[in-house]
Amino acid sequence: MPTSAESRPSTQTLPAAYDSKIEGNVIFTQLDAAMNWMRKNSLWPMPMGLACCAIELMATASARFDIARFGAEVMRFSPRQCDVMIVAGTVTYKMALAVKRIYDQMPEPKWVIAMGACASSGGMYRSYAVLQGIDQLLPVDVYISGCPPRPEALIAGLMKLQDKIAGERSFTSQKRGLVDKIESLV
Amino acid sequence: MTGPELLASLSHLFGAKIREKKEFRGETSFVIDPGDIREVAKFCREDLSFDYLLDISSVDHFGEEPRFEVVYELYSMTLAIHLRLKVRVSEDNPAVDTVSDIWPTANWHEREIWDMMGLRFTGHPDLRRILMWEGYPYFPLRKEFPLEGLPSDMPDVAFTSAAPMEGGPFVTQPSTATTKDREPRARGPI
Repeated sequence: MPTSAESRPSTQTLPAAYDSKIEGNVIFTQLDAAMNWMRKNSLWPMPMGLACCAIELMATASARFDIARFGAEVMRFSPRQCDVMIVAGTVTYKMALAVKRIYDQMPEPKWVIAMGACASSGGMYRSYAVLQGIDQLLPVDVYISGCPPRPEALIAGLMKLQDKIAGERSFTSQKRGLVDKIESLV
Repeated sequence: MTGPELLASLSHLFGAKIREKKEFRGETSFVIDPGDIREVAKFCREDLSFDYLLDISSVDHFGEEPRFEVVYELYSMTLAIHLRLKVRVSEDNPAVDTVSDIWPTANWHEREIWDMMGLRFTGHPDLRRILMWEGYPYFPLRKEFPLEGLPSDMPDVAFTSAAPMEGGPFVTQPSTATTKDREPRARGPI
């Protein structure tokens, strides 16, 4: 895994050779950077609203806070069309495997935001009925504190996730087979 | 007959079925035998106009005999009065007759008591668990059941594990440490 700043995908564009017909229509960039840029700016959330956090999630999607500014307004109620699951609320043991099942139905690549204290750690529910954090079942990318978190916090969490996606080696890590095929041809 | 008049005459109406009577701040409670509950309930609903069953709850008097108590909260829409009926249930035979055919709303209340306290209701048309899932091995509101829960597993249905209590249901300690370090789960092993 490369760690230096130079090896990370760059969004910097390079000047094209002058041609009046295509001027302004060509951008040089890295494939990873282009893929990540598209992914992070059109994150379709799976609204896993289980408790009061879901109210704040709805407020985030509404006009005043307007999560559409970050490309994440398309709440899909089918997991097949989703990129990021926002677990908003208390995950009871009765619901836990249903949440896992919905997560499993989401296509790769996929991310998880644990919104609020309950989804992150069980919150105030130290009880027989509540799963002590959705991270016991799903790989959580971003935890958001709060009970419930304000919409600004959710947006900050989403932006953190965007930063994470921007730094992923998407092509080489997720399209390994294709990379091998290209390398064998070259 | 007005509501207070009816309440005053209840001791007379119920007669020998009364095991105990309690008046407290205008609330009337009767303790009756579990075997009489259907008869008394029918009488209350059909003849005394207690047409609304507000709630059924259950109490675990752990260490006493009889251990359990089932409490029926009745209300009369026409006379605007409340009445509380209680039956005591022993641990050896934790069963009460159902009243779900007398007040249909009792159906789910009785299922909840079965689910949480483990009291059976004989004659209930559909006595399944209502909050926990079929196959969950415990009755969580019984006194001997720990608040943090017990581990269990029903493959493909649900699992449970004990919650980390770290000294209480939620005990955070005042200090200048960050929220992350004050969080109870951070203090001890899970």
